Amino acid sequence: MSTGAMEPTAGTGPEIAPATRWIEGTPSLHRITTDISRPMEAKPGRGWWICFGIAGAAVLNLLGMVTYLFAKGIGIWGLNNAVGWAFDITNFVFWIGIGHAGTLISAILLLFRQKWRTSINRSAEAMTIFAVMCAGLFPLIHMGRPWDAFFIFPYFPNQRGPLWVNFRSPLVWDVFAISTYFTISLVFWYLGMIPDLATLRDRAVSGIKKFVFRILSMGWNGSQRTWSRYEIVSLVLAALATPLVLSVHSIVSTDFATSLLPGWHTTIFPPYFVAGAIYSGFGMVLTLLIITRQTMHLERYITTNHLEAMAKVTLLTGSLVGYAYATEFFNAWYSGNVYERFHFINRATGPYAWCFYLMVLCNVLTPQIFWWKRARRSIPLLFIASILVNVGMWFERFVIIVVSLHRAFLPSGWGMFYPTVFDVGILIGVFGLFFSLFLLFIRALPMIAMWEVKGVAND
Amino acid sequence: MTDRFVVGSFGEPGTMLAAVDALRGAGVAIHDVFAPYPVHGLDQAMGIRRSRLPLVTLLAGLGGLCFALAFQYYTAVFDWPLDVGGKPENSTLAFVPVCFELTVLIGGLGTVGAFLLRARLFPGKREQLAALGVTNNVFAIVTYAPRDANDDELARRIMLENGADEVEEREGST
Repeated sequence: MSTGAMEPTAGTGPEIAPATRWIEGTPSLHRITTDISRPMEAKPGRGWWICFGIAGAAVLNLLGMVTYLFAKGIGIWGLNNAVGWAFDITNFVFWIGIGHAGTLISAILLLFRQKWRTSINRSAEAMTIFAVMCAGLFPLIHMGRPWDAFFIFPYFPNQRGPLWVNFRSPLVWDVFAISTYFTISLVFWYLGMIPDLATLRDRAVSGIKKFVFRILSMGWNGSQRTWSRYEIVSLVLAALATPLVLSVHSIVSTDFATSLLPGWHTTIFPPYFVAGAIYSGFGMVLTLLIITRQTMHLERYITTNHLEAMAKVTLLTGSLVGYAYATEFFNAWYSGNVYERFHFINRATGPYAWCFYLMVLCNVLTPQIFWWKRARRSIPLLFIASILVNVGMWFERFVIIVVSLHRAFLPSGWGMFYPTVFDVGILIGVFGLFFSLFLLFIRALPMIAMWEVKGVAND
Repeated sequence: MTDRFVVGSFGEPGTMLAAVDALRGAGVAIHDVFAPYPVHGLDQAMGIRRSRLPLVTLLAGLGGLCFALAFQYYTAVFDWPLDVGGKPENSTLAFVPVCFELTVLIGGLGTVGAFLLRARLFPGKREQLAALGVTNNVFAIVTYAPRDANDDELARRIMLENGADEVEEREGST
C-alpha cells in the first residue's frame, strides 16, 4: 500500500512490509484476458470429461430417484412418526449454508474494500447460485404433494378462496427469504459478468458465439459514464445483499428456533447458523478453487495468498461455531429444564453420539490447525481440511434435526431414523447436480472477473 | 444526429488520465472515455457527477416495504382473518421478515432496472466500440469537438503529446 509522499526513504524510516500481491507477476491487460478466456476457448481436457461423467451419472440417479419419490411418496425415505424431517431438511440447510460464502465474498468483502476477493468472487457467486438451486429442490420434494408446491406462494387469482398463506410462520418467511436471495444473487452475478461477456463478444470468432455473447452483454462498450454508474449499482447491491445474507440463514434457523422442541428452541440459533453457513461455504469455496486452480492452471490469479485469507476466515467462523456448541450445552444445563438437559446428554451419549463427535472433530478441532501459517499455505492440508469442514457441517445439521427429533419429551414418542437407499442416493445425486453445474460454468463463462483483476493488476 | 469525433487510443491508463486532464485544461469537451475497467480518478478528471441511482434504490425499497406491509395486513386482517395460536390478527412484528425481504428484492431489482434504462443497455443491443480492444486492453478518449477544425487539431495534438498510440477522426451518432 504505497501512499506517495508518506513513503519513508530507504534506511531512515520504520520498515513497512510490502503490500500483499494478489496476482503473481505483472501480466499485461491482454495477457489477463487470454489467460482467463483460455478454458472457455479450448476443448475440455480428459480430466474435465471424467469429472463431468461422474457428476452427470449422479444427476441421472437423482432424476430417477426423485421420479420414483413422486410416484411412491416420501415413505420411501427412512422417516417415521418420531423423525419427520431427516436427510431432506438436513440437505436443504446444508446447501443454503454453502451459498453464503459466495455472498460474503462478493458483497461483504466489496463493502470492506478487500482486494483479495477479485480473483475468487465470480466462482464463489456461481457456487452460491448453484447451491441455492440444490437447496430449493428439498423443500419441494419433501412435500407430500409436490405438485401443489405453488401453494407456498401467495398469488393472484387466489384459488384457495380467500385463504392466504400464514405470514406469521417462519416457513413462509423462508419462502420469501430464499426467493429473494436467489433472485438478488443471480442479478448481482449476471451484472458483474456483463463487462466480461462484452470482452468475450469482442474476442468471439464464430458467429453463434458472437450472437449469444452479444445478446448477453447488452451492448456494453466500456463507457466511463456507464462504469461510473455501474460501480454505484454494485455498491448498492452489495449493501442490500449484506443484510440479506444474514437474514436468510437467520430465517432458516427460525424454522427450528420458534418451535418448542428441545435442541431447537433456542435464541442462539440465528447468529450461530449464520456463522456456520459462512464456515461451510468457505469450506466449499476452498474445495472448488483448489481443484480448479490446479486443473485450469490459474495459479497466477488464485494465489496461495487467496487461499491463506480464506483459511483465516475458516478459522474465525469455525471457532464461532465451536463457541456456539459450548453455549448450547451450558444453557441446557443452566436452564434446569429436564427435557433440555436430556437432549444434550443424549446428543453426546445417545445412539447418534458418533455423529456429534464427528461434527466436533470436523468443525471445532480441524480449523484450529489454521493458527499456523504453514498450514494455511499448504495446499494438501487446506484441501483435506476443506473436505472435513463440509462433512462436519453436514453432520451438524443432521445432529440438530434428527437427534432433536428422535428422542423428544415422552419416551412413547421416541424412534430411530435409519437412512434408506433413497436418502443416500438423493444426497449423492444433489452433489452431482452441484458439480455438474459448476463444471459447465467453468467451461462456458469466465470464472474469474477479468475486469476486476485488471483493476487490481494495475495497482 | 451525426457528429464528428476525435478518438484517441491509449495503451496505459496513466497516459490516458494525463491526456484527459490536459484536454479539459485546454477547454476541449470530452464526450466519453472507454476503458476495459473502471479507472480510478477518471470520474473526477472527467467531471462526472456522482450517480443518483441510490435514490431509485431508496424509493423502490420503500415501495417494496409499503407493499409488503399493506399486503400482509390486507390478507391477515381483512380478507381472511385466521386465529393462529391466539396471535393477534395484525401481528406486525411477525410481518417484519417478509417486509424486509421485499424491500431488498424490489429495491435491488428497481436499481438494476433503472441502471439498464439510464445506461441504455438491453439484451441484443449492437455494441458501438470507440476503438478495437476497449473491452480488452485499450483506453480510448472521445472528444466532442463539433464543427470547428481548430478544435479537432487541438484535441489531436494534446492526445499525441500525452502518449496516444493512434488518433483518428470519425463520424458517428450518439
